[in-house]
Amino acid sequence: MARLNSGELRELLERDLPGALAAPHSPPQAAEAHGEEENHPVLQEHDAVVVAERLPDVARYLRDQLGYSYLSHITAVDYLREGLIEVVYFFYHPEGGGPQIVRVRVPRDNAVIPSITPFWPGANLQEREAYDLFGVHFPGHPFLRRVYLWDEFEGYPMRKDFPKTGDKYTHVTGGEE
Amino acid sequence: MIAGTFTGTIKTEELQINIGPQHPSTHGVFRMITRIDGETILGLEPVFGYLHRNHEQLGEVSSYLQIIPFTDRLDYFNSMPNNQGYCMAVEKLAGIEVPERAEYIRVIMAELSRIQNHATALGFMLNDMGAMGTPLLYGFREREKILDLFEAASGARMMCSYMRFGGVARDIDDEWLGELKKLMVGLPAFFDEFERLLSENEILLSRARNVGILPKAVALDYSVTGPLLRGSGIPYDVRRAEPYSVYDRFGFDVVVGSVGDIYDRYLVRVEEMRQSLRILEQAVQQLPDASGGHLNPKVKQQSIRPPAGEAYARVETPKGELGFYLVSDGSGRPYRYKIRAPSFINLTALSDLARGHKVADLVVILGSIDIVMGEVDR
Amino acid sequence: MPDDRETQLALEKQGVLFTQLNRFYNWGRKSAIWPMAFGLACCAIEMMAAASSRYDIARFGAELFRASPRQADLMIVAGTVTKKMVPQVVRLYNQMPEPRYVISMGACATSGGPFRDGYNVVRGVDLYIPVDVYVPGCPPRPEALLHALITLQQQIDNQAIREVRWYGDREARDFPVPIFGKHGLEVEGIEGTADPVGGIPRMAPYVSPALGGSGERTSNPQVLEGNVPKPLMQAAVEEVFGHGKAE
Repeated sequence: MARLNSGELRELLERDLPGALAAPHSPPQAAEAHGEEENHPVLQEHDAVVVAERLPDVARYLRDQLGYSYLSHITAVDYLREGLIEVVYFFYHPEGGGPQIVRVRVPRDNAVIPSITPFWPGANLQEREAYDLFGVHFPGHPFLRRVYLWDEFEGYPMRKDFPKTGDKYTHVTGGEE
Repeated sequence: MIAGTFTGTIKTEELQINIGPQHPSTHGVFRMITRIDGETILGLEPVFGYLHRNHEQLGEVSSYLQIIPFTDRLDYFNSMPNNQGYCMAVEKLAGIEVPERAEYIRVIMAELSRIQNHATALGFMLNDMGAMGTPLLYGFREREKILDLFEAASGARMMCSYMRFGGVARDIDDEWLGELKKLMVGLPAFFDEFERLLSENEILLSRARNVGILPKAVALDYSVTGPLLRGSGIPYDVRRAEPYSVYDRFGFDVVVGSVGDIYDRYLVRVEEMRQSLRILEQAVQQLPDASGGHLNPKVKQQSIRPPAGEAYARVETPKGELGFYLVSDGSGRPYRYKIRAPSFINLTALSDLARGHKVADLVVILGSIDIVMGEVDR
Repeated sequence: MPDDRETQLALEKQGVLFTQLNRFYNWGRKSAIWPMAFGLACCAIEMMAAASSRYDIARFGAELFRASPRQADLMIVAGTVTKKMVPQVVRLYNQMPEPRYVISMGACATSGGPFRDGYNVVRGVDLYIPVDVYVPGCPPRPEALLHALITLQQQIDNQAIREVRWYGDREARDFPVPIFGKHGLEVEGIEGTADPVGGIPRMAPYVSPALGGSGERTSNPQVLEGNVPKPLMQAAVEEVFGHGKAE
């Protein structure tokens, strides 16, 4: 199977699975008008961004048609300013090479992505971890419960608005070695 | 027991047994809730989180340099590959170059770490089989020699924090290389002794052959990596699949099993130790001299501010593929710091591996997966 | 050490017989301490290295690591204690028969260690069970663990058979086992969580007299004046022993 780069993946998805790719994210007007220097993460647009409902189809397509049958991991990132949680899937080919990255963006207050665990058992624990720490729901998961914290715990600790107690102990030195 | 044959049926019930977080199997605080019928396991539910130290959240409030000691404590058996993976991720993010000598030193440390990990991991597995500690202490003997080398190079036995962005913290001198060569001369004898004592051992064969088989057809679906995957017959090794550092300059074999049972994983680990020694010999021979430096001098370690973006770097640790995913927002702290832990994801396969086996086999299967709770729970 | 002079004098007032009996009793107990295998994290590896032949804890009589708490004298809490694990730690401590001792090994068990600022980490195991010896380090070298064992043996030497708590006539009670709450651990009888997220440090930082401080380890004034619950350990000790910390 040929190894692809990310541009080719987008083209293949447009051709074979129409409607799977999501529209590019446009930053809100207020941030541009602000004009001040802020440190802020940048949403990547050159990888394949997929709508949440079509994710199982895309995963199956990658595994069966393109041969990327090794799902390395599933990561969730909380973009507080855009109000999104982005879940990133890394697929690798068993013969080697770089990753195929698929991203899904869901709103923070309604983070729902269909689970790929029924046909991809390797995603089991990783989806549970994303649920435990970020609050992303995966309907279709056979056992979606908290994996690290106890069940009675309330709150999603890795979200940016969860209180972090460490802020008062560390600071970053600027400009010196 | 009544002598004679049973003509009726005995009423049996399923038992739920808790193999609790404190148990003498020395893999750490891991809990398994098993449903058994007699001695056979019907189902298993692993419970994690007893060592969840919110490592990823600590990464978000610490600067990039301050995270390096935390990466030591992930897989606390091998701290060197953990450091290497993290430093590679930051170097990708910030576009930092590493001098050649530093790359070779990193490879030497990583392969030494692999040898001592496999020696002790096999020792723990045999401990679970009932060997009462003797193979474990043989492994610990070699481990102590390697830890002496780590201590001479970095200052600490286990939590080395040796790598920095753009190289390694301190250079190694000729005396250290002399000690390393002495150790390398003695290692083949240790491997031979290990194999001679264990590979044909009747107890090991009867307890490890055809137990805990992970079939080749489904192994990749479970996202497992490391000796667990290679024991099932799939030759995926990150050092060959996506070569990092200077691994593409060395000749070594990727060790692959055939059946996928515990015995295959044992053989894969023993042979990987020999391949690590092969890489070590080549690395020591090709090591460039000290003129290139051991650390990129242009990098400000304490106040590094990579530009906004993201990077993912992965290394082949003895347990599997360890990956670091970093999202930077341009400030001195990461915006998101995620670790792809091999032991955690290898445990996805545990409940399916154990079903149908006896309780005593479960302990050995867990030992052959070779987990470290610092990584599983982060 | 000034301590054992006083104890020795007090003992000698009771007569020669009890002194010799005391020495014999303590010698027997300190030379065969059986630890419980309770390694939680990285410090467990150094504990195992201390048990291996290079550092050899067997010289001190302590090589027999028992798996069951019912057969152990010493619990070496080696590694980070998380909130999820604390109920098990307290239950295991309750199951150990007296005389029992605790060594808190490593920075994590002593005070939370490098992972102190977390939603799942307990800032020291001594918030829930009494500790006899603290070992700093991350991880402490095996020699440091041996030094802790020797210190514990010296502490055992100073105990007097007439004043030990397990031979007196009081009813033995267990330390309270916390339960999981919505934001942290909760203990019956104490309002709020025992160690809340974002908890303030219990002790104010030590400032030496040379730099203008008082030279005392004082409690954080915020803790003293607010309605923060009494530190759990103090409450439990007073309840169990009745007269403040014994021995």
